[in-house]
Amino acid sequence: MNIYKYASPASFYPLAGKAWPFFAVIAAILVAIGLYISFFVAPTDFQQGEVYRVIFIHVPAAWMGMFIYLVMAGYGILALSFNTRLAAMMMEALAPTGAMFTALALWTGALWGKPTWGAYWVWDARMTSTLILLFLYVGYIALNNAIEDRRRADKACALLVIVGSINVPIIYFSVKWWNTLHQGSSISPVMAPKMAAIMVNGMLIMTLACWMYSIAVALVRVRAIIAEREAGAEWLTRSKA
Amino acid sequence: MNTIAAESLSAAETSPERAVWLTAARDLRLGLRSRAELIQALVFLVVVVSLFPLAIGPETALLKRIAAGVVWVAALLSVLLTLPRLFAADHADGTLEQLVLSPYPLPLIGAGKILAHWLTTGLPLSLIAPLLGLQFGLGADELVVLMASLMLGTPVLSMIGAIGAALTLGVRGGSILMALLVLPLYIPVLIFGAGAVEQVMASIDYSANLSLLGAGLLMGALSAPFAVAAALRISLD
Repeated sequence: MNIYKYASPASFYPLAGKAWPFFAVIAAILVAIGLYISFFVAPTDFQQGEVYRVIFIHVPAAWMGMFIYLVMAGYGILALSFNTRLAAMMMEALAPTGAMFTALALWTGALWGKPTWGAYWVWDARMTSTLILLFLYVGYIALNNAIEDRRRADKACALLVIVGSINVPIIYFSVKWWNTLHQGSSISPVMAPKMAAIMVNGMLIMTLACWMYSIAVALVRVRAIIAEREAGAEWLTRSKA
Repeated sequence: MNTIAAESLSAAETSPERAVWLTAARDLRLGLRSRAELIQALVFLVVVVSLFPLAIGPETALLKRIAAGVVWVAALLSVLLTLPRLFAADHADGTLEQLVLSPYPLPLIGAGKILAHWLTTGLPLSLIAPLLGLQFGLGADELVVLMASLMLGTPVLSMIGAIGAALTLGVRGGSILMALLVLPLYIPVLIFGAGAVEQVMASIDYSANLSLLGAGLLMGALSAPFAVAAALRISLD
């Protein structure tokens, strides 16, 4: 089987159509298991009480937010070096999901912070760099929307994401050092070193669920993007008929 | 403008490296002919910095604490406002296309433009910053470090900004969009730059922050011209 065949939107469209329900079903099953563990199986934390349960969505969301940006950068490199349209479309399809997860991580973090730290927001290194990551997503989406010419938008966005991804570690460390220099808050966001194994398992299952969900949503979205851009193409009208 | 471009490019017959100096010289000459624009960026910096005491109050201790941050943020915004100047005029009259088509390596031309941009924005900003720091009650050491951090940091702002300016060339809503793209990438420079001054104020060794700014400058100098060239090719495709 020649996998390069699927770099063409025309052959990827039906494949994505077959694949996304598969990922969606796995995501649904994993979410069911993960939520069951996080609400019923995992014990109440002796320090934080029930509120700690938000980590079952907070940590996976934060991970996915970062991971999706890196995946987008990978697609950006593909798009620029091989000049493939599909890679750019995948970037476009992933961006809203990545931004959503990043925003979700900030949102759930704030909800967790209020009862635990006593403040919705502190200028902690992780929170600040996650916020900046959200800005990077917003910048990508804004640039993608602003450029009319699709080919130019694809390439410009690919370059932006690559430049951004080089900056992500620099931003992370600069914010971290900035934070240690100031030592403003005495609260450390580091979780209790020993987490019960069942909590870790619950978190990992939820992470997998979020991952599968991201794939399913990206595939559905990339199908919409292909259909929009190739509207009127002969293969598309034929496949619908 | 076209005649100047032709003149300087026809002179560049010996080596490709000359593209840097010729582009920079041309942009500098054009920049110096519109002095009003150059001064506007400086006046903007002074006005923005002067707003803070009015908003926060004339408390000397507080103003001294925030001085470095205020000057740095104002410098960031001031550089941001000058970014369209990098390519917009050349794009409008077609010079940019000629530059892209010229036999000289595009990254070197981009480097020349970045250099000229820094000489007309970052350098004057760095030179005027001690005056503003003085208004906020900074001491001599702090003023020197503030100026040094700006000298090292503003070239990086020009480099990252040039990438943003090249990507948003001729795009509608360009200036707000450019702020969205460029400002998050400016954050490390801001942190290290303002951090150096804060450290000297706290009598801690500030050399780490200046070294990091220097490292950023070197990394930017090596990579930004290529990114700018790629962005220009994409935008003029």
